[in-house]
Amino acid sequence: MSESIVPPEVRPKPAVPAKPPHVAAPSPTAPHGPSGLGGGVGVDRVPGLGHSGSGSTLLGYIGIDTIIEQMRKKTMKAGFDFNIMIVGHSGLGKSTLVNTLFKSQVSRWSSGWGGEHKIPKTVEIKAVSHVIEEGGVKMKLTVIDTPGFGDQINNENCWDPISKYINEQYEKFLKEEVNIARKKRIPDTRVHCCLYFISPTGHSLRQLDIEFMKHLSRVVNIIPVIAKSDTMTPDEKNEFKHRVRKELETYGIEYYPQNEFDDDMEDKNENDKIREAMPFAVVGSDKEFQVNGKRVLGRKTAWGVVEVENPNHCEFALLRDFLIRSHLQDLKEVTHNIHYETYRARRLNDNGGLHPISANNTQDSNL
Amino acid sequence: MDAIMLQEKLVERLLCPRVRTARRKVKNWNKQYVGFATLPNQVHRKSVKKGFDFTLMVAGESGMGKSTLVNSLFLTDLYKDRKLLNAEERINQTVEIIKHTVDIEEKGVKLKLTIVDTPGFGDAVNNNECWKPITDYIDQQFEQYFRDESGLNRKNIQDNRVHCCLYFIPPFGHGLRPVDVEFMKALHEKVNVVPLIAKADCLTPNEIKKLKDRVREEIERFGIKVYQFPECDSDEDEEFKQLDKELKECCPLAVIGSNTVVEARGQRVRGRLYPWGIVEVENQSHCDFVKLRNMLIRSHMHDLKDVTCDVHYENYRAQCIQDMTSKLTQDNRMESPIPILSLSTPDVETDRLIKMKDEELARMQEMLNKMQQQIHDGKDQ
Repeated sequence: MSESIVPPEVRPKPAVPAKPPHVAAPSPTAPHGPSGLGGGVGVDRVPGLGHSGSGSTLLGYIGIDTIIEQMRKKTMKAGFDFNIMIVGHSGLGKSTLVNTLFKSQVSRWSSGWGGEHKIPKTVEIKAVSHVIEEGGVKMKLTVIDTPGFGDQINNENCWDPISKYINEQYEKFLKEEVNIARKKRIPDTRVHCCLYFISPTGHSLRQLDIEFMKHLSRVVNIIPVIAKSDTMTPDEKNEFKHRVRKELETYGIEYYPQNEFDDDMEDKNENDKIREAMPFAVVGSDKEFQVNGKRVLGRKTAWGVVEVENPNHCEFALLRDFLIRSHLQDLKEVTHNIHYETYRARRLNDNGGLHPISANNTQDSNL
Repeated sequence: MDAIMLQEKLVERLLCPRVRTARRKVKNWNKQYVGFATLPNQVHRKSVKKGFDFTLMVAGESGMGKSTLVNSLFLTDLYKDRKLLNAEERINQTVEIIKHTVDIEEKGVKLKLTIVDTPGFGDAVNNNECWKPITDYIDQQFEQYFRDESGLNRKNIQDNRVHCCLYFIPPFGHGLRPVDVEFMKALHEKVNVVPLIAKADCLTPNEIKKLKDRVREEIERFGIKVYQFPECDSDEDEEFKQLDKELKECCPLAVIGSNTVVEARGQRVRGRLYPWGIVEVENQSHCDFVKLRNMLIRSHMHDLKDVTCDVHYENYRAQCIQDMTSKLTQDNRMESPIPILSLSTPDVETDRLIKMKDEELARMQEMLNKMQQQIHDGKDQ
């Protein structure tokens, strides 16, 4: 009967630079592992625990799992960055939603610019960065806004500036990577996630929505979101979501989380559930009201208060949990491992190979 | 003088709506009383027999709740079997014009209501000139009426001119978008444009106020001539004046429509049921639907028709005639001008018209010659 090895609840005091575990899997018959080996003792025997029995590869607690703690400490010190792009025509509540998601004034209207909501003649790209901190973790959040998208009379190719911007960020990263003397931590300005705001007409997707998502779903992670969903009653909402999902399927638009990138069954199940619920119908607000004695974020109308975080009212909580609490790191990884790699492969193929450039070369690279 | 003043006072009292039992007095005074004060009643009786017609156009992007609002306004279900197209089917759709006609009767008064719908407006990626089919349609109706008016048989002219155009502004923006401005500017001289803020139940009262102010300011800035409510006569009663003032301040009206009936405060009303509350369409504190209905149907319907006839149609007609005459002077066909307006049968009336136009042309040509002469003289000196 083997006693399973239970590492102590409290982290071991010295985060031991573990001695290289020379301990290979001992033969099941050997009662004492270490004595059968020459060389250093690779196992620290934690007092109170007996030998491992047969079938276990560890004879004591090594401390491999403390690597998570080490990573955590390092990440906390370094902080990490996240770049989110918001796209949709004006007035859909994009900036409000981003402020609500991150519970701070992070949109472009917050930097003291008391400007009017004028529609620019062409699509502009405005990136605003803030550092927000929670629980000792620092995040450099960059919100990339796209005013002017879809607002003109003729909106043909209005996604071109956006596509160009995304590719430029990939190019910047590629250049840094390819440098001989490259920085320890390459500043990551690539767009990790693109929130696309669908207008809640209640009928179906508009042509512009489909064109945009078709062109950009292969380049960046797109998360479609139904904006200002307090326009629709629950029935209308469900119908609309159903229709939108069907249309996205018909056009072969792969929104995040993409089917093809599911690693294993567990991921697949989880992501399937999320995909069924997408696109999320959200409401954003930065004002608080008193409802039933509690202060909630919401919108107050003559017939009631729409509560932003109430799952019966809208799906904001689902979006927030999905975006921030469970899939934030995954978004970054998919961007790096898949979208960026696709871009990189294409670039390298186009040039038939790559010459590493020195860091001093600020002119046209050999790319 | 006294007798005349007395007579005037009598006529005034007769015309006053509160005093209906004036017949007794009429008999006593019929030596000095002419009796044309009953003309309004006669007109009223004839009109009721004839019935009224009204053509209403609704324009705006799809999904703004136009059909729902029309159903709510006229308590009908004009769009029963409508099939919503999905984006695939809508790719190559251009703006269409679809007419629905329905006859409504209420208390003996018949109304032939025509709703002109404009599906496809503003839905494409490139919406350049997407209002052209609409302006063409309106011009066509004017042209048809113009021809009928100048034609032989004028007894049964069908009036298909568009009397009012409800334009739906999306509540999601921060004011008017470029396509809104261009549309209204293309149409404000052809039809009475009444801008509305659609789906107003997604805005808080503050937001509605801000949006209305913004839209009003932009309408003025771009010089868009939306339908103006006529000034109240000074002798209307206070209540009417108050209503009129409120109406003017509320422009553009923020409306909500609904096809469903919900239970609210113990009554069954038209409304929308949300998890956080119930929106009632006919509740004045929820939206301006009641104001719109009153304005459109109960108080200003006739004025809308009048403005269409007197202003927009006359503009069109003047423009048409001017085009014709300018074409004629260009072609230099002074001797026997052939009318560009192709009338089916020449008759006395048209001949007279032609002669009139000939004279006009001759005069204009004379003036031109004189001016040219003056310029020559000026040069020579």
